[in-house]
Amino acid sequence: MNKKYYGKVIFELSRPGRQGYSLPANGCEDALAGLPSDLLRTKSPELPEVDELTVVRHYNNMSTNNFGVDTGFYPLGSCTMKYNPKINEEMASLPAFTALHPFQPSATVQGALEAYYTLQQMLSEIGGMAEFTLNPYAGAHGELTGLMVIRAYHESRGDMKRTKVIVPDSAHGTNPASAAVAGLKVVEVKSLPDGTVDVEALRPLLDETVAAVMMTNPNTVGIFEHNIPEIAEMVHACGALLYYDGANLNPLLGVARPGDMGFDVMHINLHKTFSTPHGGGGPGSGPVGVRAGLEQFLPNPRVVKHTGDNGDPLFHLDFGTEKGPHALGRISAWLGNFAVELRALAYILSLGRDGLKLAGTLATLNANYIKESLRDLYELPIDRVCKHEFVFDGLTDKSTGVTTLNVAKRLLDHGFHAPTIYFPLLFHESLMIEPTETESKETLDEFIAVMRDIAREAAETPDVVKNAPLETPIRKPDDTAAALNPVVTFADL
Amino acid sequence: MSKTYYSPSHEYVTVDGNIGYIGISDYAQQALGNVVYVDMPEDGDDLVAGEDFGAVESVKAASDLFAPVSGAVVEINEQLIDNPRLINEDAMSNWIVKVELTDPSELDKLMDEEAYRAHCEAEKH
Amino acid sequence: MLERCGMKSLEELYSDVPESLKLKRDYELQPQMSEKEVRDFFEELAVRNQPLTCFAGAGFYDHYTPAVVQSIAARSEFLTAYTPYQPEISQGTLQYIFEYQSMMTQLTGMEVSNASMYDGTTALAEAMLMAVSHARKKNRVIVSATLNPIYREVIDTYAHYHGVTVDTIPEVDGITDLNAMREMLAAGDVAGVILPTPNFYGILEDYTGVADAVHAAKALLIMTAPASTLGVIRTPGEWGADIAAGEAQSLGMPLNFGGPYLGYICCTKALIRKLPGRIVGATTDADGQRVFVLTLQAREQHIRRDKATSNICSNQGLMALYVAMYLSLMGAKGLREVNELSAAGAHYLANRLVESGAFELKYPERPFLNEFVVKFKGEVKLADFVEVCNSCGCLPGVMISDDELLVCVTETRTKEEIDRYAWRAETFSKATVPAMNNTDMSN
Repeated sequence: MNKKYYGKVIFELSRPGRQGYSLPANGCEDALAGLPSDLLRTKSPELPEVDELTVVRHYNNMSTNNFGVDTGFYPLGSCTMKYNPKINEEMASLPAFTALHPFQPSATVQGALEAYYTLQQMLSEIGGMAEFTLNPYAGAHGELTGLMVIRAYHESRGDMKRTKVIVPDSAHGTNPASAAVAGLKVVEVKSLPDGTVDVEALRPLLDETVAAVMMTNPNTVGIFEHNIPEIAEMVHACGALLYYDGANLNPLLGVARPGDMGFDVMHINLHKTFSTPHGGGGPGSGPVGVRAGLEQFLPNPRVVKHTGDNGDPLFHLDFGTEKGPHALGRISAWLGNFAVELRALAYILSLGRDGLKLAGTLATLNANYIKESLRDLYELPIDRVCKHEFVFDGLTDKSTGVTTLNVAKRLLDHGFHAPTIYFPLLFHESLMIEPTETESKETLDEFIAVMRDIAREAAETPDVVKNAPLETPIRKPDDTAAALNPVVTFADL
Repeated sequence: MSKTYYSPSHEYVTVDGNIGYIGISDYAQQALGNVVYVDMPEDGDDLVAGEDFGAVESVKAASDLFAPVSGAVVEINEQLIDNPRLINEDAMSNWIVKVELTDPSELDKLMDEEAYRAHCEAEKH
Repeated sequence: MLERCGMKSLEELYSDVPESLKLKRDYELQPQMSEKEVRDFFEELAVRNQPLTCFAGAGFYDHYTPAVVQSIAARSEFLTAYTPYQPEISQGTLQYIFEYQSMMTQLTGMEVSNASMYDGTTALAEAMLMAVSHARKKNRVIVSATLNPIYREVIDTYAHYHGVTVDTIPEVDGITDLNAMREMLAAGDVAGVILPTPNFYGILEDYTGVADAVHAAKALLIMTAPASTLGVIRTPGEWGADIAAGEAQSLGMPLNFGGPYLGYICCTKALIRKLPGRIVGATTDADGQRVFVLTLQAREQHIRRDKATSNICSNQGLMALYVAMYLSLMGAKGLREVNELSAAGAHYLANRLVESGAFELKYPERPFLNEFVVKFKGEVKLADFVEVCNSCGCLPGVMISDDELLVCVTETRTKEEIDRYAWRAETFSKATVPAMNNTDMSN
């Protein structure tokens, strides 16, 4: 990463008359002039006027102030920032996929439909579910879709009283937010000191008004919810369904499946477990799977497989007509972020059944290795074998006044991304670390050494840590000013 | 003669006759840090004791406002729209909403200044 | 490494997982493939796809993507970055989102924009939820019958579960029945009105006076337009809309069989606290430099949880970079030319199709930009014509009924391609089973 801040905005490079495009003339007569002028805009949009090289240099320079997985290590808890193999990018960029219009007839898109269908089948096997839809665009969109599926299921039974969703207090913020968008009321259930759901606190909450219980396993402190069979039984006994937030699926690859644990509906974040790039915040993909009996509630459109006259498989799009009256309708324009799905398919093919299992196990090993290597200097509130991630409650020595935020910012100076901080909300100084399986022992050791160094600095020269970062392209931004007086466009500057 | 009461969730209501001025306590504003926005109800809205009626936001946190008493909103503090940091400057005089109390007996369930101070002390530990 | 963890085997890492829950077999998946085998697998799939010369639109447009866009968007500093929660090492991402927001407000004529939504349909559904949240006590939204039916389906799904009532403003002769809209508003229970421009049929509707009527009823006006057309058509801002939300795929994104695309959502400053998702703002750093950060985060799910304005977390970040680069390259002039070429081609094709005798314009009196509806007049079925076109490598449009075709032309269609389409229609109207060997594409 370039430590020199670039900082220009493209509008500032604009010079009247410059142009960065070339378009083919088609020789047809102008038609705009014939349109009623009051249906056209009166003032041109104020967009930059720049040549191609200016555009290229501008965005290239900008990119050098950015940190990505290809730049360095992201110990970012609950985000599963693994390496994104390059072959996946290339396969998703094949023109025979990128040029397809979604309205093309099925006969002309058999390869694309088969790719979708194949991934859907693979995810069903990995999740232990009966069927998946790949249509949701992101994890939170998957949660929303899954909760809609659950509501559709209750509605189909005439069970209209179920208006509540129970989520653990350690849940990702998207869980309660998705419930609210789906029209459900959120009830929080407390966690035990070891971070697992308090079964006794859950029991009295379960009644005929509960639509679903949302959980992630391992949970957000990286602990496997070993009471899950009992919880599943309780949830089902009250007539509710159990939802699996797949954000933390990575460590269970090849080891255990949500479907076998009693979960009814789940989503998977392809941009976490299945290595599709985060793209600076998206596009992601949040496929949703359901157990047998719930398939009919999945959203439209879906990809259906038939056998052609010659015995070959034939795929086509179904809009609910073949799956009965309860299909959810649409939650997306088409089949989701299709090009992201292609990347995940390439990833699963590359790893295969054994590679996937090894990925999950090594992710778990890496997390435990870091935990055990730092526990003497950082406070470990939950001392157990963790799965893909674990949480420190800040430095053990609190007397220095160095906070989790300071440690995170100091890591930036050393060329690492920060861990997830102040989440989960169970601890005051949460510092959540998830290394993933794609980091080498050398990288982990380097990270451990830096974390130990920061702990030493916190004791010896605390101000250095408190003033971090010092080596990044910019220094600490004034967030309060940004929120008090939002400047969100160039025109506002 | 006005008197101030506090709720466990750190709202206060200063009562003058059947009018109550509701805001957040000094302890709450300190805990929240720089206030950047106050989400307020509208004139005429009915507040129900114990239910949320808005929120106070800092940069990286938001704190729901729970009504200490029930009542109809007769005025909101419009100064807070442009200058939410008034709450940091003086939380007690910069009330958020003015309500007409519907059930003054609800005040009996709230804390007086002394009890509230003890409540805050207990929360710190 | 195991030793440091006090373990002897990898299995011990899972000692806390009850035996009964463990998968006792291998996944029923193939063994791992080498990179070459993965490539072969995809190439084998690819040959079973047949990209067609595209005269279909219906919300998704075959515009040209300049080489710069994909070349730079593939840079790993952008592609492999996480959400810019650490501004000190994310200025690249934050800056292009700021540029994207600036450009989208220019296009829509609105004051503020967020950092992106999943797609046009979900952006419009979220705009609907904004209107309901803003109205506080009203939960009815009215939607023009001329809105793209795919958008309507997504809106209906969201509305059903969120408890919003969606009613249809009827259409007359291809445009929104504004008198009916006024009557519906008179009930006083409407939180938002959703209107398309151009509408699903490609028609530019005249919404004069609409914003005043909507605002008089204390409702919000939500408008949606394919983003590229906003380079020339009257903007939601100019019509007096409160929210503009829709699809930005037309700004440089490949069709990609339905995604990734990008949903835009822009609004007036007064509504900024109701906007869903991420917003980037400018501020200064400790050294006094102008820098960019995620701002107004207290609206979002990671802070407000069930009271957030939306559940959106991951958005379409990288696609906002596509838009920023595309609009930088094109500028206002290039975007105007794209629309001029598209409209010129569309009007030319519309005339040729009418002249062919096979079609007539469904709405001959209505102004359109680059998309229009034709009605099939032939003796045989429209579906047969479409199939013949497909077999010649051409997607002639989207059938919106048994005898109606929604046709679109963009700047990527050549005169030859348009002429060939018209010729096919001509031939088809004269012969029931025409022999047409004039193929558009070889694969």
